[in-house]
Amino acid sequence: MRYTPHRPNEIDEMLRTIGVSSIDDLFKDIPEQLKEKAEGAFQALSAPMTEKELSFYMDNLADENYDLFEVVSFMGAGVYPHYVPSVVDTISSRGEFYTAYTPYQAEASQGSLHVSFEWQTYIARLTGMDVANASMYDAGSATAEAVYMAIRIHRGKRNKVIIASTLHPEIKEVLKTYLEPKGTIIEEIRYDKETGRIDVEHLKDLVDEDTLAVIVQSPNFFGIIEDEKDAVEITHEKGALYIATILEPLAYGLIKPAGYYGADIVVGDAIGLGNYPAYGGPGVGFLATRSKYIRQMPGRLVGETTDVEGTRGYVLTLQTREQHIRRAKATSNITSNHFLMALRATVYMALLGRTGFKKLAYVNYKIAHYAKEKLEAIEGVEVPFSGPFFNEFTVKLPVSAQHVFDHMAAEGIYPGVPLHRFFGPAYENYMLIATTELHSKEDIDGLASHLLEVIKNG
Amino acid sequence: MADKILEYLIFELDGLGESTYEVDDPIGDDFSVDVPEELMRDDLPFPDVPEVEVVRHYTRLSQLNFSVDTGFYPLGSCTMKYNPKIHEHVASDARFAMLHPYQPDEDVQGALAVMYHLSELLQEITGMDAISLHPAAGAHGELTGTFIARAYFRHKGETQRHIAIIPDSAHGTNPASAAMAGFDVIEVKSNEKGQVDMDALREIVGKYGDEIAIIMLTNPNTLGVFEENILEIAELIHGVGGLLYYDGANLNGILGMARPGDMGFDIVHLNLHKTFSAPHGGGGPGSGPIGVKEHLKDFLPVPTVIYDEESGMFKLNYDIPHSIGRMRMFHANFLVLLKSYMYIISLGGEGLRQVGRLAVLNANYLAAKVKKYFPIPYGELYKHEFVATGKVLKDQGVKTLDIAKRLIDFGVHPPTIYFPLIVSEALMIEPTETETKYNLDMYAAALETIFREAHENPEMLHSAPNNAPIGRLDDVKAVKQLKVVYTEEE
Repeated sequence: MRYTPHRPNEIDEMLRTIGVSSIDDLFKDIPEQLKEKAEGAFQALSAPMTEKELSFYMDNLADENYDLFEVVSFMGAGVYPHYVPSVVDTISSRGEFYTAYTPYQAEASQGSLHVSFEWQTYIARLTGMDVANASMYDAGSATAEAVYMAIRIHRGKRNKVIIASTLHPEIKEVLKTYLEPKGTIIEEIRYDKETGRIDVEHLKDLVDEDTLAVIVQSPNFFGIIEDEKDAVEITHEKGALYIATILEPLAYGLIKPAGYYGADIVVGDAIGLGNYPAYGGPGVGFLATRSKYIRQMPGRLVGETTDVEGTRGYVLTLQTREQHIRRAKATSNITSNHFLMALRATVYMALLGRTGFKKLAYVNYKIAHYAKEKLEAIEGVEVPFSGPFFNEFTVKLPVSAQHVFDHMAAEGIYPGVPLHRFFGPAYENYMLIATTELHSKEDIDGLASHLLEVIKNG
Repeated sequence: MADKILEYLIFELDGLGESTYEVDDPIGDDFSVDVPEELMRDDLPFPDVPEVEVVRHYTRLSQLNFSVDTGFYPLGSCTMKYNPKIHEHVASDARFAMLHPYQPDEDVQGALAVMYHLSELLQEITGMDAISLHPAAGAHGELTGTFIARAYFRHKGETQRHIAIIPDSAHGTNPASAAMAGFDVIEVKSNEKGQVDMDALREIVGKYGDEIAIIMLTNPNTLGVFEENILEIAELIHGVGGLLYYDGANLNGILGMARPGDMGFDIVHLNLHKTFSAPHGGGGPGSGPIGVKEHLKDFLPVPTVIYDEESGMFKLNYDIPHSIGRMRMFHANFLVLLKSYMYIISLGGEGLRQVGRLAVLNANYLAAKVKKYFPIPYGELYKHEFVATGKVLKDQGVKTLDIAKRLIDFGVHPPTIYFPLIVSEALMIEPTETETKYNLDMYAAALETIFREAHENPEMLHSAPNNAPIGRLDDVKAVKQLKVVYTEEE
């Protein structure tokens, strides 16, 4: 392929205008030794392909994957595959959206800016918060940025972050990386082995005047909906900020959002809202907060204004927080975010509306509870946690979860995510199972019957 | 708030017919379950809008956007080249899009092959020894790179190294990323050629010596000028035990002609959405892979992708001895990687060299035409871009902002403006290699017209744009009457 449209005679004409005799003359400023090495290295790269050749080549590579339509998958653990309506693909494949850049020139970017304003409103409403930014990379980096924000709000005077042990293990890892240079101490709240919820008494013991924030994920990594009311109260008693994380925001179509309980910052990922699982990325992080903290937010923010004629329009606003103005003193270094995925989520929420979104949330809840009942009926299978859940739950099997996974994968079923992957041998028999509207009743019955079979055969 | 609107907000369309989206219940009525009262949400304040109106609303909004697919978009430092459609087509294939990050490696060999081969290709293209595809964007790659530098020095027990040297022409992300990794930023000034002032740099190096951790450079720099002393800079910084960081935002200007690894850089980040033609998506998703030299390999974030000879399989690798850890959840922005992989293999080595060569030809040609009206204070040869100044219209009371807004009326996108900070009234123009001579001529002609208008009718420029979907927007009002979400009561 090539995408350079120059005719040879045009190149000659351009060189004459510049006043040089060859393209090589334009690279006189680069040391010879660098040019030689580069030439050698690039000559060793492969020969070009036509579009047809590329298409066939990629088709073969694609065949090396088993996608989620070829298997029946009950994997969640942060990425929950949902049905993506055609409207979403239709809108997001418009070149006007996906081949634009960050809307620096507002008058030429009203489409993107208008959508971002809608997304900010949707996210604020979904999470029960006042304001939201124009998006983040993902829930992991968004959670870390929320802690940076909390550090700014406390003016660096507090140095401890308390996190739920039931937070997604990969978010914990991201926090560890981001907070190391700050020297922030991270402590974990134990979880109650009965309910699968954080131990609120332990939170009470941990939180003190040096605590800058408490981070709780709900539904948590085990699928359990946390008791956020008490957690927020305890956090606020010591003047710390409550950061809520959610990886399946569809749940907020059914359950009260963290904002309702008084969270200070809500972060999460909308990969499940109109986006594809995409092998884990790109999803789209979000960050919502209270109005009073708006100037401490990281990332792009779109605001409403008018033009010279009084016509309503949208612009990037409060840019003095950002790196291109504040440089080393910026609230974050983020510039590109995940606009296109935020657009998809916005169109998705618009299409479903309150009626569709609420119903879909309930259907997800119902399918998961049906699945839980089916699996629990199998002898030897336990549902170890009594806490309420949304569309994901943990089971304890009489055999190794990996053993079950391997047997069922061979039959075209991913029964869930074995938890030893994250927590080691103590969780050898634990499996995390997620269900969504993509599953039929037969899929769930099939999961139960295959599981019964594998257990019977040991 | 406003008398007139360009387009309704989706929230204002509530009640315009019923929501038509249908959700089925696959379990049926034989099974029922209640939701605990105390958990249940009462109200979800989303509008209900019929499908046809949703489609019209967002289609109309798309038409209010300028984009590469609608016209010439020479936004400096952003490399707004054409985005091939085959890439979008393949990336929407379920066999790539419908993959779960926790699937067993053996079931996603196609995806892992893409990641493995892309890493190898980027290694060759940059001249580095190892690549991580993990970071989500250029700035995220920068942050990863500065964290690696920090971890490396801590591992070596050189915790006294707290200085990051950054030129005054650098992207704002450089100092921001350095600060996030705990470094103190020292700015080095540019000389009259727009390059790092070697005397000033020697002074800084002499003064701080082993307190220096990194120097962060963009080469070609944001003026579009190649740092001719790069090999000497490398020697100087390495001489005091510091590392060289390469901001890859401007790689398009030397693609195939010089490699950061050969220049002496220890850490490199790339912007796949710039040089390697993944679309910018209206502001993301991007992808910001980083490359490092051998001595920093053990500090890369997890996971990377390896090829296991024994099983003949590609695998995710979490076993990196001194890894800085994770910078995000899951592996990478996979679908973005996929597009850049297709770009690289379909152009081939020679095609990529042509990209660099013709991008530079286009920049120099447009510069030659533009500088007749708007001088270019720095550089004689340009790489991917050049920076002109609008200050020649000062006497006419015309600012660079006016020039930019007026360009919109000509059906082209304005350049990056007021950046880099060392050029007053800056117009930073990066045409890229995918533009025809005709488009460059039209752009130069538009700037010439604006130059004339500034002398004849400057008032008209102050009110520009006049043919855009909307007139000039009031940024100050947006801050003063801050409104970032829609509320019903108005």
